Amino acid sequence: MSQDGCLVKILVNGEPQEVGLNVSVDGLLVSLGYGGKAVAVAVNRDFVPRSSYPQTRIQEGDEIEILAPMQGG
Amino acid sequence: MSQSELGKKELERYSRHLLIPEVGRGGQLSLKDGKVLLIGAGGLGSPAAVYLASAGVGPLGIVDFDRVEASNLHRQILHFDGDVGKKKTESARETLTQLNPHVQVITHDTRLHKENALSILGDYDVIIDGTDNFPTRYLVNDACVLLGKPNVYGSIFRFDGQASVFDPRGDGPCYRCLYPEPPPPGVVPSCAEGGVLGVLPGIIGVIQATEAIKIILGKGDTLTGRLLLYNALEMSFHELKLRKDPHCPLCGTNPTVTELIDYEGFCRIGESEEPAEAVASLTVVELKEKMEGERSFVLLDVRESHETEICQLTGSVLIPLGQLANRMDEVPRATPVIAYCKKGIRGEKAVRLLNEAGFTATNLEGGIIAWAEQIDPEMARY
Repeated sequence: MSQDGCLVKILVNGEPQEVGLNVSVDGLLVSLGYGGKAVAVAVNRDFVPRSSYPQTRIQEGDEIEILAPMQGG
Repeated sequence: MSQSELGKKELERYSRHLLIPEVGRGGQLSLKDGKVLLIGAGGLGSPAAVYLASAGVGPLGIVDFDRVEASNLHRQILHFDGDVGKKKTESARETLTQLNPHVQVITHDTRLHKENALSILGDYDVIIDGTDNFPTRYLVNDACVLLGKPNVYGSIFRFDGQASVFDPRGDGPCYRCLYPEPPPPGVVPSCAEGGVLGVLPGIIGVIQATEAIKIILGKGDTLTGRLLLYNALEMSFHELKLRKDPHCPLCGTNPTVTELIDYEGFCRIGESEEPAEAVASLTVVELKEKMEGERSFVLLDVRESHETEICQLTGSVLIPLGQLANRMDEVPRATPVIAYCKKGIRGEKAVRLLNEAGFTATNLEGGIIAWAEQIDPEMARY
């Protein structure tokens, strides 16, 4: 949740969600229950490198894709 | 025939390639010299190998230590019904040699590990990752970055597939830029556990073969920096942009992984999620004796219902492990319980749950697969 309590609408894997304005990717993952999980995150079809999670902020209308790894071959 | 020539038969066989300006004779000669290594002759490796060999790409290397099983045949098109039990490398060589005798097939009948990976991969120009497990995926990724070789990645599960090209030659991102560390063991199911649509690897494996051919030809835009996602149910493709992580421990600016590591340890293979106390267990032979005697126990199947459609022990009660905690009241308390699953892992968890709740439960060692192998050869395995 952001300091001013303002919520923004985003899509997470195609499903509408509301999260705090300016929440980081780190914070988003924790709030969605993915904290510490080995997932990859794309914001508007662009993967965010793990080291950029803290400074990447979620904005109104962002389309988020959370992708679990796949091992099969 | 020297590597720098195409004979009459090859000119005829590859004539439709020779007619494409982007390939032509020069391109076909490049394909003939292109050394491609397939990691795994399974779901992805099969269609990739079939198309690469047909297209005259070779020498074509194949690494696999496995043998063909009946459950492979619905998707692993290198292997035929009569190949069950054969080494996959041998079965692959036979199929590919029949398909195109002009292509040299090099088999590496071994498990890829950190001691042999650099020397095996070192002989090839393009690596195709068609493996079925995380330790080998990280091993192949790391070896390709350390050797500076393009890694054509693909993976599949049920109706979903992914493909990309991790190409260190153009400073592209690697698999670790996408997934810096593996998931804990047991969290992400394999195709053996969750199933896979038979045609799915056909799509992804052929995309991998296409990318390998483009890399050898030096034509077009590869999937470098892009992750292609495919869903067969929606029949949709979409792609996400991949970025190199400057802090990637392998390909970043200050790498900490500078040689191959222990990938089983990295992926925590063999570690149990909780410190496991041994639970009471019995063998399938002991169960058979009990079943022939007076039946004074409950046989509890803790697998998923779709697994029972393949095989089940007579007289079982089905409560999937995930539902057991909420459905304990369906298990008679006065009678000992014998729990079983496919191979014994879920059964052990079920026994712990039951014993904590005051039941007297025992796990069937090796699960129903051990029963099929040792007691009932007519039972279908999966």
